[in-house]
Amino acid sequence: MTERADGGHVGDERKLRLLVGKVGLDGHDRGAKIIARALRDAGFEVIYTGLHQTPEMVVATAIQEDVDAVSLSILSGAHNYLFPRVIELLKEKGAQDIAVFGGGIVPDEDITALKQAGVREIFTPGATTESVIAWVRANIQPRPLGPT
Amino acid sequence: MSDAGKRRGGNRRTRSDWEKETLADTLRTSPERPVGFTTVSDLPIERLYTADDLGPGWTESEKLGFPGEFPYTRGIHPTMYRGRLWTMRQFAGFGSAEDTNARFHYLLEHGQTGLSTAFDLPTLMGRNSDDALARGEVGREGVAVDTLADMEILFRGIPLDRVSTSMTINAPAAVIFCMYLAVAEKQGVPFDKLEGTLQNDILKEYIAQKEWIYPPRPSMRIITDLMAYCARAVPKWNTISISGYHIREAGSTAVQELAFTLADGIAYVEAGRKAGLDVDDFAPRLSYFFNAHNDFFEEVAKLRAARRIWAHVMRDRFEAKNPRSWKMRFHTQTAGCSLTAQQPLNNVARVTLQALAAVLGGTQSLHTDSYDEALALPTQSAVTVALRTQQIIAEESGVVNAIDPLGGSYFVEALTDKIEREALSYIERIDQMGGMIAAIERGFPQKEIADASYHYQRQVDRGEKSIVGVNAYAIDDEPHTEILKIGEDVERAQLARLASVKAGRNEVQLQRDLAALAAAAATDENLIPLMLACVRNYGSVQELSQALVPVFGTYREVSVL
Repeated sequence: MTERADGGHVGDERKLRLLVGKVGLDGHDRGAKIIARALRDAGFEVIYTGLHQTPEMVVATAIQEDVDAVSLSILSGAHNYLFPRVIELLKEKGAQDIAVFGGGIVPDEDITALKQAGVREIFTPGATTESVIAWVRANIQPRPLGPT
Repeated sequence: MSDAGKRRGGNRRTRSDWEKETLADTLRTSPERPVGFTTVSDLPIERLYTADDLGPGWTESEKLGFPGEFPYTRGIHPTMYRGRLWTMRQFAGFGSAEDTNARFHYLLEHGQTGLSTAFDLPTLMGRNSDDALARGEVGREGVAVDTLADMEILFRGIPLDRVSTSMTINAPAAVIFCMYLAVAEKQGVPFDKLEGTLQNDILKEYIAQKEWIYPPRPSMRIITDLMAYCARAVPKWNTISISGYHIREAGSTAVQELAFTLADGIAYVEAGRKAGLDVDDFAPRLSYFFNAHNDFFEEVAKLRAARRIWAHVMRDRFEAKNPRSWKMRFHTQTAGCSLTAQQPLNNVARVTLQALAAVLGGTQSLHTDSYDEALALPTQSAVTVALRTQQIIAEESGVVNAIDPLGGSYFVEALTDKIEREALSYIERIDQMGGMIAAIERGFPQKEIADASYHYQRQVDRGEKSIVGVNAYAIDDEPHTEILKIGEDVERAQLARLASVKAGRNEVQLQRDLAALAAAAATDENLIPLMLACVRNYGSVQELSQALVPVFGTYREVSVL
């Protein structure tokens, strides 16, 4: 497949739409903001939720904004609750085709368990913005457009 | 010959003689390495510093003074570490109050000289462990405190008249402080014997750390109430630790850390004066908290510049008369954001250099990060190495023998001046906006930090700034590192304790006390004695915090990308 300069693929109906979210009480938004900005600069459409969102709020925004993937940044240690909860809520709303990935301080063994629970990828401290962008290009496809 | 050269007399060779006659040839045959010679904050660094770099107006008496004398560039004490070493204060808090109490006892037994308490996120946000947003976060990043019952366990067996305690809490700081006072009452310790520090720096929450309850202006009212109360009743308590640490962790440059922190300090002093307090009654109890990041000389210069700027601000701008108001005392913590999850033992070397910068910058107390903190909360063995790092600097390295050993270095003095100038220019811009609260409301520091943080990340991604083990010298197969796990049982046990406390307390009295607190929010009455009454009756962090919301409102951030 041939890449376009905006990060989409030739023949795509539209640019990828990505939601970058901060769930829970964690105020560490440095990483989320850098990723949001880097994804936007790479040509994707990015919606940043801001801080202190509940899983319910993130899922509602994801569906309303018709995004292709949800990316969560969690540095509070609450990843084992928050990632699976977002996946569960997406399923409940029939939106399980919205991919979930993320980043934060997440130990290796938790990453394995979270991937089994359906999280597509977890980036840990030291990951470059390029590696995240490359992963998104390789792994996230535009969802079929819903009824407008 | 340069002016500086002439001043010092004699027909010395000048820098330009050297550049023409010696350096030029070398540069032709073997040029310098093709890298940017800049600090981690991207300040350009010259090849060589000489007396010329200090500028025509530079005089030792005006810029440096002597240790313990204005403007305190060389340190706030006449003897510095020859008199007393810095306080080794490792931040601890995780799981239940029992877990953290055990770590406190461990650290005290191993030579730590002060306590430092980390609270979990729900507590920091003024929410109880049973609040819906607290799910999954109880006891994770710090200790969970809902009511006085938790604080009683947290400080069990620790006589509060014999330790100094630092508490990292901001939005609900006054509530937690009242719980500490109530524990002291139960131990029979008079309030005027209590020593410690409350972070209580709400302005940097809006700028960087993002744990708030109310909007900035009503939050400042609680802070001035606390300053007034402590000046009267808890005179040895440091009421605010004005914090650059989190600003830096959020991605600011060294200059931004310094400038925004000092602008916060200026806002607190102004608020205190507006509340009718005499500056010399509360200013000596303000302290600062800085980050010690990777760039060694930039950090030393930042800390030396910080003391000098504050001394001038307090004496000249606020006309404080008491020299104790002019002296900036500060705590330092090594930079958590500089730690890497990759090859984590490398972090021991990073922390050592950062801690050395803090010591050569003249810190009063120091926390050294543990090497495993990019992976999880630290294990006991990693915490021990971090504490030992400080002890090695203090007792083996010899750097404590002379006061301000880097003072007088052309490079360090030129860098101190440069950082001071750039910070003052930021402070001037913030003054023009109407002060820090107005600047926060328009998102100014937030945007400056977001830009700096993105700029740095791009430099790392392009390999212009090295992070060893990450974008340089990376290895694929890393050995496993043992990490600390917090079990799910902490959350369950905490919920059970909260329920049993609520069932056992005098509900009628508590509701009366909470109503009195809520009513006082609309008046000028000092809120602290009313909060103390509520916590004595086991009112919770969330109940007290929410009591003020009808009058104070809540804060919502407009995100700046």
